[in-house]
Amino acid sequence: MRVLVLFAHPAQRASSINLAMAGVARGVDGLTFVDLYAEYPRFEIDIDREQRRLVDHDVIVFQFPIYWYSTPSLLKEWQDLVLEFGFAYGPLGKHLTGKALLVAATTGGRVTDYAEGGGNNYPVRQFLLPLQQTATLCGMSFLPPFVLHGANRIEAPEAQAHIAAYGGVLRALVRDEVDIASLAGRDTFNWAGLPLALGS
Amino acid sequence: MEGLAFTIFAYLAAAVFAVILSRRLGLGSVVGYIAAGILVGPILHVADGGSGYLEQFSEFGIVMMLFLIGLEIDPQMVWRLRGKLIGLGGLQVVLTLALVCAVAVLCGLTWQQGALFGCVAALSSTAIVLQTLEEKGLLESDGGRASFAVLLFQDLAVIPMLAAIPLLAGGDHSAAAGHGGGSFVASLPGWASALVTLAAVAFVVAAGHYLSRPVFRAIANLGLREIFTAAALLVVVAIAALMSGVGLSPALGAFLAGVVLANSEFKHELQNDVEPFKGLLLGLFFMTIGAKVDLTLLVEHWAIVAAATLALVLLKIAVLYPLARLFRVRAAAAWLFALGLAQAGEFGFVLLSVGRERAILSEDMVSIAILVITFGMVVTPALFILYDRIVTAFDSRGSSDQPQEAPPAGTIIVAGLGRFGQIVTRILLANGHKPVVLDYQAGVVDALRKFGIRSFFGDAGRPDLLESAGLAKADVLVVAVDDVDRAVEIVAHARRSNPTIRIVARAYDRLHHYRLAAAGADHIVREVFGASVDAGKLALRALGMHPYEVEKRANVFVEQDLAGLARMAPLFDGVTPVVDNPDFIAGFNDIGRVIEAAMLGNRTAFDDLVQRGWTPPAFGDSHVPKADGRPPVESGA
Repeated sequence: MRVLVLFAHPAQRASSINLAMAGVARGVDGLTFVDLYAEYPRFEIDIDREQRRLVDHDVIVFQFPIYWYSTPSLLKEWQDLVLEFGFAYGPLGKHLTGKALLVAATTGGRVTDYAEGGGNNYPVRQFLLPLQQTATLCGMSFLPPFVLHGANRIEAPEAQAHIAAYGGVLRALVRDEVDIASLAGRDTFNWAGLPLALGS
Repeated sequence: MEGLAFTIFAYLAAAVFAVILSRRLGLGSVVGYIAAGILVGPILHVADGGSGYLEQFSEFGIVMMLFLIGLEIDPQMVWRLRGKLIGLGGLQVVLTLALVCAVAVLCGLTWQQGALFGCVAALSSTAIVLQTLEEKGLLESDGGRASFAVLLFQDLAVIPMLAAIPLLAGGDHSAAAGHGGGSFVASLPGWASALVTLAAVAFVVAAGHYLSRPVFRAIANLGLREIFTAAALLVVVAIAALMSGVGLSPALGAFLAGVVLANSEFKHELQNDVEPFKGLLLGLFFMTIGAKVDLTLLVEHWAIVAAATLALVLLKIAVLYPLARLFRVRAAAAWLFALGLAQAGEFGFVLLSVGRERAILSEDMVSIAILVITFGMVVTPALFILYDRIVTAFDSRGSSDQPQEAPPAGTIIVAGLGRFGQIVTRILLANGHKPVVLDYQAGVVDALRKFGIRSFFGDAGRPDLLESAGLAKADVLVVAVDDVDRAVEIVAHARRSNPTIRIVARAYDRLHHYRLAAAGADHIVREVFGASVDAGKLALRALGMHPYEVEKRANVFVEQDLAGLARMAPLFDGVTPVVDNPDFIAGFNDIGRVIEAAMLGNRTAFDDLVQRGWTPPAFGDSHVPKADGRPPVESGA
C-alpha cells in the first residue's frame, strides 16, 4: 500500500511524543512523510500538490495532537482547501474513493477524562466524528483511530510503547498486511497489538 | 610663500562664501565660483597674466571632468542614445553654427570669425548642465537624457573644431590646434603629425586595456591609499601631457582614457579618487573665468554684451526646442532640454583662446565673448527656474499634445515609480485598481500606460502636480519616492490639503519613520525591513530551525520592533534634533526591550511570546476539571 503521513504539530519540541512518533514514521521505508507546518509555515497551502499527493497514495494518515477537541489549525486549513468540490466530493469528485484514512492522535486527557462523567464528557471517538464523516463523504474508509491518552510524559512506558507500535502499524500498512476492509466498520482496534499479531 | 598663501586664502575664502551664498539663492555653485572670480580678480591682478600658472592648473578641472564623464560612459547606454546622440547632437551643432555664422556675417564680421563664434555658441556647458541636472535629480528624466546625449556629442565635436581653427586662420597646416602650440609635432609635416596623433590615441587605448589592470592591481596590493590616488591623478595628468604634446585636446584624451577604463574593476576607486580634485579644480577654473572678466570693458560695452547674451540664448532655444520636438521628446522634457542647454560652455573659452592665438579674433572681441559666455552661464539657473514654471503650466492645463494626461479623479495615487513604487503599482493593478502614478522617468511612465494607467510626468514632490493628480479627491496616497526629504514634504502637503486621505509611506530608516509619522503618514513601511526579516528567516531555517518556529519567532520580532517604533514615535517632535531630545535618547534604550534583552542572552521574555499557545500545562497532569464547572482546557503533547 502507498502510505502518506500528514503530520501537523505547530510546536515541535524535543520532548514531544508526537515528534518522536514523527521520527519513527520518517524511518519507515516506502512511505511518504509530510510535516505540514514545515512545508506551509505561512499557511500558504499548495492545493494542486496536496491533491496530487492524495491521488498517489492509498492510505492517508493524519498524525496530530488533539487541540480543543479538534485538529491543529493548519490541518483544518488543509481540509478546507485541499478537499475541494469536484476533487474530493460531489458528482465528479471521486479522486479519493476507495482510499483509507487513519487518525493517529494524542490527547492530554486520560481515558477516564474522555468518558461519560469524566471532565471531557465524551469518548474521544465522538470528537473525531467530523473527520470520520469527512472520510465517508469522500468515499474513504475511516479506520479505527490510533490514540494515545494522557500523552504528557514521553518517559512513561505507555508513551514509549505507543511510539514503538506506531512504527509497526505504518510498516504493516506499507506491506499491505492490514485487512482494511474488515477494520473499516469498527470503532476501535488494538493497533498496538497488531505488530505482535503479525510477528514483526 | 606669503604671497602664495595669501592668493590661496583669497581664492578659497571667496569660493566658500560666494558658493554658499549662490546656493542659498538657488543659483547653483557655478555662478558662485564665477562671482567669486569676479570679486577676487582685480585684487589679485589676474587679468595681467599673473595667474597664468593658476589658469593652467585650473584647466585640469575640465580634463578631470571629462575623464570622469568617460568613466561613466556605458557603451550600451551610448548605443541606446545613438539616435539622439548623432541626430539631435549633430543637427544642433550644425544648425547653431550656421545660424550664428550667418548672424555674425550680417553684423559685419568675417566668415571665419563667424564660424569660430558659431563653434563657441554650439557648445553648451557640460559642467553646469550636468551638475544642475544632477542636483535637481533630472538626469534620468527624458529631457535629462536628451541633454546628456547632446552634451556628449558636443564634447566629441570639440576635436574637429580645434583641428579646424588653424584652417580658418589661413591654412597653416603645420601647427595643430590645442594648447600645445609649441609642441614637437608642430615641426613635423602634416602626414607625420597625423600619424603621431593616431599613434598617441592608439597608445592611450592600448595602455588602458592591457597595461592599466596589472599596474593598478600592483598599486592596490601595496595597500597605500594615497599612492593609488597619486596613480589616478598621474593617469589623468600623463594623458593630458601626451595629448598636448601631439596637439590634441587634453580634455578629449582624458575622456578617451575614461571610456577605456570604464569597464575596469578599478573604475569606482578611480572615480572616488579623482572626484574631489575635479570639484575643486573645476571651481578654480570657473573662478579664473570670473577673474578674467574685465569690468571696465563691461561698463563700456554693456549694451553689446546684453544684446549678444540675449541673442545667444534665444537663438540656442530656437534651435534646440524644435529639434527636440522633431526627435519626439515630449513637450515638457523638450523645454528642459532647450532651456538647460541654452548657454555656451567652458569649451568656448578654450576655442576663444585658440582663436586669439591664431589672430582670428581681436583682444576686445575675445573679452566681450568671454563676458557673453559668462552671462549666458549666469542666466542658466534662471532658465531652469523658468523650466519649472513652464512644466507647472503644462500640468495645470493638461497640455494639448498629452491628452491622456488630463487630470483624472483618481482614488489612489502612487508617487514615485522606482523599484518600490513599481511593485506597489503592480499589486494594485493585479487587483483591478488603476492608480494615478507620478514619476519623472518617462520610460517607466510609458510602460505603465500600456496597462491603462493614468500617469503624470514630473517631480512628485511638487504640490501642484499632486493636486492635479487628484489629491483632493483621492482615498489613498502611496509615497514611494526614494528621496528622504521629498517624501516628508509630500506627506506633509498631502495631509494638509486632504485631512481624510490614507497615506502609506516608504521610510528609509527608523528616523525617517518618525519624520513621516510626524508629517501625518498613516502607514509607514521601512523599505528594506521586510526583506531583511525574510533573509533572517532563511538564515534561521538554514541553521535547522523548524520553518513554523522560524515564522513565529520572526513574527514576534517584527511585532516587538514595531511596538518599539510606536513607543518612540511620540517622543520625536520633528523639530528638536534627536541628539538634543532627552526623552528620545532615554526612550531609545527602550526601543526593542524584548529584542535587545534576547540579543543579550536573556531570551525568557522573547521565548514566552513565541511559545504562547500550544504549550501544554505542566507535564504529568491532566488539567481537565472534575466537576466544578470551570471550562475545560485541553492540550495534547
